[in-house]
Amino acid sequence: MKDLTDDQKERSANLKGMGCSRKRVEDARFTQGKGNYVDDIKLPGMLHGDFVRSPYAHARIKSIDVSKAMALDGVVAVLTAADLAPLSLHWMPTLAGDKQMVLADGKVLFQGQEVAFVVAKNRFIAADAVELVEVDYEELPVIVDPFEALQSDVVLREDIADKKEGAHGPRKHHNHIFTWEVGQEAETNDVISNADVVATETVYYHRTHPCPLETCGSVASMDKVNGKLTVWGTFQAPHVVRTVASLLSGIEEHNIRVISPDIGGGFGNKVGVYPGYVCSIVASIVTGVPVKWIEDRMENLMSTSFARDYWMTGKIAATKEGKITGLHCHVTADHGAFDACADPTKFPAGFMNICTGSYDIPTAYLAVDGVYTNKAPGGVAYRCSFRVTEAVYFIERMIEVLAIELNMDAAELRRINFIKKEQFPYQSALGWEYDSGDYHTAWDKALKAVDYEGLRKEQADRIEAFKRGETRSLMGIGLSFFTEIVGAGPVKNCDILGMGMFDSCEIRIHPTGSAIARLGTISQGQGHATTFAQILASEIGLPADSITIEEGDTDTAPYGLGTYGSRSTPVAGAATAMAGRKIRAKAQMIAAYLLEVHDNDVEWDIDRFVVKGAPERFKTMKEIAYAAYNQAIPGVEPGLEAVSYYDPPNMTYPFGAYVCVMDIDVDTGVQTIRKFYALDDCGTRINPMIIEGQVHGGLTEALAVALGQEIAYDKMGNVKTGTFMDFFLPTAWEVPNYITDHTVTPSPHHPIGAKGVGESPHVGGVPCFSNAVNDAFRAFGLRHTHMPHDHWRIWQTANKLGLHG
Amino acid sequence: MSNKMHINLTVNGEAHEFLAEPRELLIYTLRERLNITGPHIGCETSHCGACTVTLNGKSVKACTMFIAQANGADVTTIEGIGSPDNLHVLQKSFREHHGLQCGYCTPGMITRASKLLEENPNPTEEEVRFGMAGNMCRCTGYQNIVKSILAAASEMNAAKEAAE
Repeated sequence: MKDLTDDQKERSANLKGMGCSRKRVEDARFTQGKGNYVDDIKLPGMLHGDFVRSPYAHARIKSIDVSKAMALDGVVAVLTAADLAPLSLHWMPTLAGDKQMVLADGKVLFQGQEVAFVVAKNRFIAADAVELVEVDYEELPVIVDPFEALQSDVVLREDIADKKEGAHGPRKHHNHIFTWEVGQEAETNDVISNADVVATETVYYHRTHPCPLETCGSVASMDKVNGKLTVWGTFQAPHVVRTVASLLSGIEEHNIRVISPDIGGGFGNKVGVYPGYVCSIVASIVTGVPVKWIEDRMENLMSTSFARDYWMTGKIAATKEGKITGLHCHVTADHGAFDACADPTKFPAGFMNICTGSYDIPTAYLAVDGVYTNKAPGGVAYRCSFRVTEAVYFIERMIEVLAIELNMDAAELRRINFIKKEQFPYQSALGWEYDSGDYHTAWDKALKAVDYEGLRKEQADRIEAFKRGETRSLMGIGLSFFTEIVGAGPVKNCDILGMGMFDSCEIRIHPTGSAIARLGTISQGQGHATTFAQILASEIGLPADSITIEEGDTDTAPYGLGTYGSRSTPVAGAATAMAGRKIRAKAQMIAAYLLEVHDNDVEWDIDRFVVKGAPERFKTMKEIAYAAYNQAIPGVEPGLEAVSYYDPPNMTYPFGAYVCVMDIDVDTGVQTIRKFYALDDCGTRINPMIIEGQVHGGLTEALAVALGQEIAYDKMGNVKTGTFMDFFLPTAWEVPNYITDHTVTPSPHHPIGAKGVGESPHVGGVPCFSNAVNDAFRAFGLRHTHMPHDHWRIWQTANKLGLHG
Repeated sequence: MSNKMHINLTVNGEAHEFLAEPRELLIYTLRERLNITGPHIGCETSHCGACTVTLNGKSVKACTMFIAQANGADVTTIEGIGSPDNLHVLQKSFREHHGLQCGYCTPGMITRASKLLEENPNPTEEEVRFGMAGNMCRCTGYQNIVKSILAAASEMNAAKEAAE
């Protein structure tokens, strides 16, 4: 690329395009309290809905008496399954090919399940009325353990008890959902039987919850005069919600408008369709006035989607020099009461088959068994692409266990097994084609940045000092190298409820040289209004400050599959660039006409077309935009608009190298993070400031999950972590400062080479924190201990290892 | 029906007088009765701080205070901290240092930070982290929030020195 002149540099800087840390346009409203979230919406005559929820994890419903609730002044309606049944809305389809009760139909299957929906004049009356609904339950045996579920005579899902076949193939037991297999079983077993070394371990990735600060909610407004239904809600995929709402309600899709206003964080929690959304819509149709439903925090943690809950058993085979030859993984996946996982249809365990990680593993086999239990349904991807944190946690723990088996340094073991730069595009044993990577460079940069050898020496000294009784503190060095798989995905194999996972962008250039672009995605804090304008600024040569980005209104935005799985930049970002290029192609014709030369005699120069060889003759995009609306150009339609629907040819594969240095007080179990270094390679970087912010946030959610956050149940199926008293969300006090770094390996198939970054730090962070805890005790014989590594569990680990004297 | 109470409340300098059930929570008074929607609801158990307001000179979580307890009080919310033409230093600093993402915690965060800097105009990083520990954020990991507050403190101190 030739060097830019000073004039070109200045014009380029004025655009605030890709690569600059443009300040966010969203911030003005958020810092002044002028965001517009679902609960801020207030419509004339609006009613409030609230749920009667089951106190039991498994019980038959003998009767529901709503008479006292209905008698309360201000109560308008109380809906039960019996009211929804005539509309066939008492059950609804899940994203995973199962069905789920909207309101309890004869029995309840998890604590907190929706039993009745009270509609009242305000939320205080609704809450009072919930207390007045009398439900007579008959308790049934509760199963919260997936292994027990597969042995038990107790039938959880009586509605499908006799079905031998589910949406994903044969069912082995009445509490079994599916078996999903990928790879070569016989070959993998063969490699493992004949290997020099085999490490075996069971790694449990506990149940947790995405827990955005804003809970889920919706406002439904049925306009019976015009036959139009408008629904505002916390939707990460508003267009899909419109399609689902149409299919469920029978209202034609053009008569439904779904709006995602500002969303207070999503992290996967707001991908699914929940009973509250359905009930608010039904209640508005029934009452003819708007109905709002906002869940409280306890309802959020107990009912609207969990994440993880994977029991992963691995066998990893290697030569005695440490070259990995095979990987076997079996997962028992606890899906709760209904299979409501939010995965592309053909992937019942998401992209768990990325579990060969960043390593060149020639032979592998994965089998996942999905199981029903008396826990909440869900299985969403909490700040990761579908089941990718599970996969990365699994392989990064197996590598550490193998390193112990081989008595090798875990950093070196990784290095000798990385996929090499020249092997990309790389075909993995479990079926993925990794687009690009340079793992060795990233790893070396990371280890050098933290002085890895120095750290290991310090750790060895600490262990000696500990043994001499001079300190009660141990030091853990957590390593992780991850490869994500994001940007779902190619329509040929990725869909949600039959909708191909493309995404879209539509651009209108206004006569005075500003623009609006609308996308099928929806920001939940990622800063789309800022970054997508930067992509466009670089593509079409108008300043980012002159480009409005709008998302989330299905009446105005082109159809798209929404924002989750780090897909916005890989898919909608690509659509934005492609739509921008269509604008530029038309602009070229207009410029050539205005300059009275042939189309091929002009060339693009940052914000204008110039006549080749005569740079003093040019037309800026601003001039071209005006001409598009006021000139009669032969053979060219007036106006300057474009739309692109982008079907990605492949996923993108961001990667990164993380190191955590942790001190652990053996007597209290308190862990202190002394240093955390994160190197991310997300391909082309659009806005470094936003990337770093995403990394800080993702790492903090990783810290939470690894060090304490869980959705725990007792044997009766009671949720033990239903408030922020018990469910760990770190505060500023518990969180360290992170060191961020990067390499840049663009995606070869993406129009601008970008790969997506929002979820990488979570995916790479969880194993890094966990490996640090495990590593601290490696010298004392620890192989593996399960997350979450809270103080109590760390203390127990130290105690079991005999470190308390 | 419960007996209603006669309530007087000043919010962002404006006096309000109304009848309310004593159990009405202050956050709903602000958000639903007075249409002041800057403060948000994140937990309703006093943990997350999205509802933080300043009440009679102290940071208070409005989600767990009954309106009966707030009778006669003087309340400031994010809407009273700055205006589009006259932003508070913190409002500018949060944007400058990327101290927010989804924005849901931001009004409570800035309201609390403004009080913190009144209580301690020159805090260390540790004091900021401790003083802000009642306000949760799920997006930023706090690093840039802390940076925003420390930068605002420096700027406010520099302005004060210049004025003196």
